[in-house]
Amino acid sequence: MALPKIVKIEGQGIYVPGNDIDTDRIIPARFMKCVTFDGLGEYLFHDIRYDEHGNQKEHALNDPKFAKASIMLSDMNFGCGSSREHAPQSLYRAGFRAIIAGNFAEIFFGNATNLGIPCVSMAEPERNVLAQFIEDSPNGSLVVDVDELKVRAEGLELPVDMRPGARDSLMNGRWDPLDELLQAKLEIENISKSLPYV
Amino acid sequence: MKKRNLFEKVWDAHSVGELSNGQTQLFVGRHLIHEVTSPQAFGMLRERNLPVLYPERTFATVDHIVPTNELNEPYSDPLADAMIKELRKNCEDFGVTFFDVNTGKQGIVHVVGPEQGLTQPGMTIACGDSHTSTHGAFGAIAFGVGTSQVRDLLATQTLALGKLKVRRIEVNGDLGSGVYAKDVILHVIKILGVNGGTGYAYEYGGSVFDEFSMEERMTACNMSIEGGARVGYVNPDEKTFEYLRGRNYSPDENSWDDAVSAWLSFSSDEGCEYDDLVSIDAADIVPTVTWGINPAQAIGIDEVIPDPQRAPEGEAASISEAIEYMQLVPGAPIKGTPIDVAFIGSCTNGRLSDLEEVASRIGGHTVREGVKAIVVPGSQVVSKLAQEKGLDRVFVEAGFEWRAAGCSMCLAMNPDKLIGDQLCASSSNRNFKGRQGSPTGRTMLMSPMMVAAAAVTGKVADTREVFS
Ligand code: SF4
Repeated sequence: MALPKIVKIEGQGIYVPGNDIDTDRIIPARFMKCVTFDGLGEYLFHDIRYDEHGNQKEHALNDPKFAKASIMLSDMNFGCGSSREHAPQSLYRAGFRAIIAGNFAEIFFGNATNLGIPCVSMAEPERNVLAQFIEDSPNGSLVVDVDELKVRAEGLELPVDMRPGARDSLMNGRWDPLDELLQAKLEIENISKSLPYV
Repeated sequence: MKKRNLFEKVWDAHSVGELSNGQTQLFVGRHLIHEVTSPQAFGMLRERNLPVLYPERTFATVDHIVPTNELNEPYSDPLADAMIKELRKNCEDFGVTFFDVNTGKQGIVHVVGPEQGLTQPGMTIACGDSHTSTHGAFGAIAFGVGTSQVRDLLATQTLALGKLKVRRIEVNGDLGSGVYAKDVILHVIKILGVNGGTGYAYEYGGSVFDEFSMEERMTACNMSIEGGARVGYVNPDEKTFEYLRGRNYSPDENSWDDAVSAWLSFSSDEGCEYDDLVSIDAADIVPTVTWGINPAQAIGIDEVIPDPQRAPEGEAASISEAIEYMQLVPGAPIKGTPIDVAFIGSCTNGRLSDLEEVASRIGGHTVREGVKAIVVPGSQVVSKLAQEKGLDRVFVEAGFEWRAAGCSMCLAMNPDKLIGDQLCASSSNRNFKGRQGSPTGRTMLMSPMMVAAAAVTGKVADTREVFS
C-alpha cells in the first residue's frame, strides 16, 4: 500500500492556547465509547467548546472565521495524558493535517505521526508571532514545510523542529510502519522462538 | 561484556532489526487489550484481511466501560453494551483469550495481567493504554501504545519504536508513617515534572523500592506516565518470584528454577550505566495531595495552595488556571478543603493490599454525611479475596458503597461520574480537567488512606491525624 509523501501541508491556521493540553481535553473520554473512529471529529475539544447545556462557548474552534482551519497552533506539552489514538484521530477527522506546538507528549507524537499528521515544535517567540498572524489574518494561508523545517505565511518564515526519524518517514511515505513490519516474517519468528516465554 | 541495565537487556533480546527510519522493530511478547482501544484495530485487520499472527500472545479484558453497579447485560448504556459485544466477537473471531465478565478473572487490565501471572520479568508488554507502565514492577519493559500500534501488534507482534534513555531514580531511607507508595510517586512527579520523563524509561530502586511489596511497586510504576516516562520498572527479586509462584500463567514447578534464573539474568548489572541518576531521601516525602489539574501540581498535606503572584515567571499562568478551575484560594491550607466524593479504586490503588490497609483502620469511623464514598476493587479476583476476608462488610458498615470490578470513577466511560463541580478525593492517577466525567468536576489525587481520611471527615485531611 503506497502512502502519500507528506512534505508540505498548506492550510489556514487556528490558535488553541494553553500548555499541557491533555488528551482528555482534546477528546473527553465519554465520547470514546465507539467501535470506529468515524464520528470523532465532532467532539474535538468538546468540553471547552460547549457548556453543560450544550451551548457554544466562546472559543476559536466555534468561530466561523476559523471553520476551515487545518493547521493547529498550540503551546507546550501538547497531547499529554492517555495513549488514546482517539485524540489525533479526532483532530484528523475534524480536518487537521498538521500541528504546531511548543513540544509534544511522546505517545501523542507517535500516534499522530502514524496517521500522517506532522507535529512540528516551535519556540515561544515564534509561536507568539504566528499566533498574532493567525489572529490578524484568519484567512491567511500557512505552509508547514516538513522538508525544510519551516512554517511560512505571508511575510513570515519561522523555524520549526521535528525528530529526524518521524520527518523521514513522513517525507518518504513510510509514516504508517505496518508494511515494513510485515516484511520481517522470518526474523519475527526467530525472536519469538528464542524467548523464554510464549 | 559491556554491563547493561535491565532496559537494554530486554530491548536487545526483543529487537527484530532496524527499520528504514532508524527506529527499532521490537518484538512484544505479551499483548494485552481492552474494549476501548482495540475495536478499531481489529477493524483495520479485517480491512486488510490480515490474521492475528500469534493469538496466544494476546489477552483481553473489559474494564473501562463496564458498569460497576449493574451486572446483567444488556447494559443500560447501549454504547457500552455494543463495545463489550464487539470485543467478545473480535476475541472469538481471532482466537484471543478473553477474561470475560463471567470468568471470575475480569478486571482492570493492569490489575489482571499481574494477578494472572501474565506479567513476568524480562518480557516486553504492550497495551493500548498508557498505564501499561504498571507491569514494569516485575522487571518487564511495559508501555502504552495507540490503536494503530495495537493493529501492528496483532498483525506482526512487533512495533516500530525509538529506544529510550534510562534514568535511575533511587529512593533511600525510611518512609514515615502514613506515607505510601502513592505519595512516593506523586513526590517523584512533583520533583521531575510532568514532562521530566519524556524520552526516558524510569528504573526505580533504593531501599524504599527494595522493601516495597509487589503491589506498592505497581502503584509507583503505574504513574510513571504521569511524569512523562512511558516505561517505569523495578529490577526483579525474591518478592517478584514469590508473587508469581503458582499463578495461572506462571511457569509450573518443573520449569520454575529455569524461569527464575532466566528472569534474574535480565536484572541490571552491578555497575552498569544510566543516562541519568536521581536520588531522593525518603524522609522528605509526606502524605501528598494534588491541588491542580496535572499530577505534578501536588503539595504535602501541611502545605498551602501556591500563590501565582509569588510563582516563578512562566509558572504563574498555569497555577492561576489550575486554582481557578479547582476553586481554591492561593495561600490557604489544602487541609480542610471540603470534598463531595471519595473514590478508592483504579489501576493505581485498587488492589487487595490497598483495600486491606484502609479496612484495617476504618473501623469505628463512618463516612461523613453528604459525602458519596465508593470502593471499587480492581478485578473480580481482588473482589473475591476481599470478600473472603470480610472487607466488603467493613466498608459497607463504614458507609462506603462496595462495587463490582472496573475502572469506575477513574475516568468517565461508565455510569460512575462526578456531577457539576463536585470535588473528588481520588486514589486514581489523573486530575485533568473533566477527567472524572463532569466538564467542571474537580479531582484531588492522594493515597487510599488519605481518601479514607477525607471520606470520614468530609474534607481533605491528614491520615496520620484521623487514624492515629
Ligand atoms: S483505572 Fe483508570 S487509568 Fe487505569 S486503566 Fe482504568 S481508566 Fe485507565
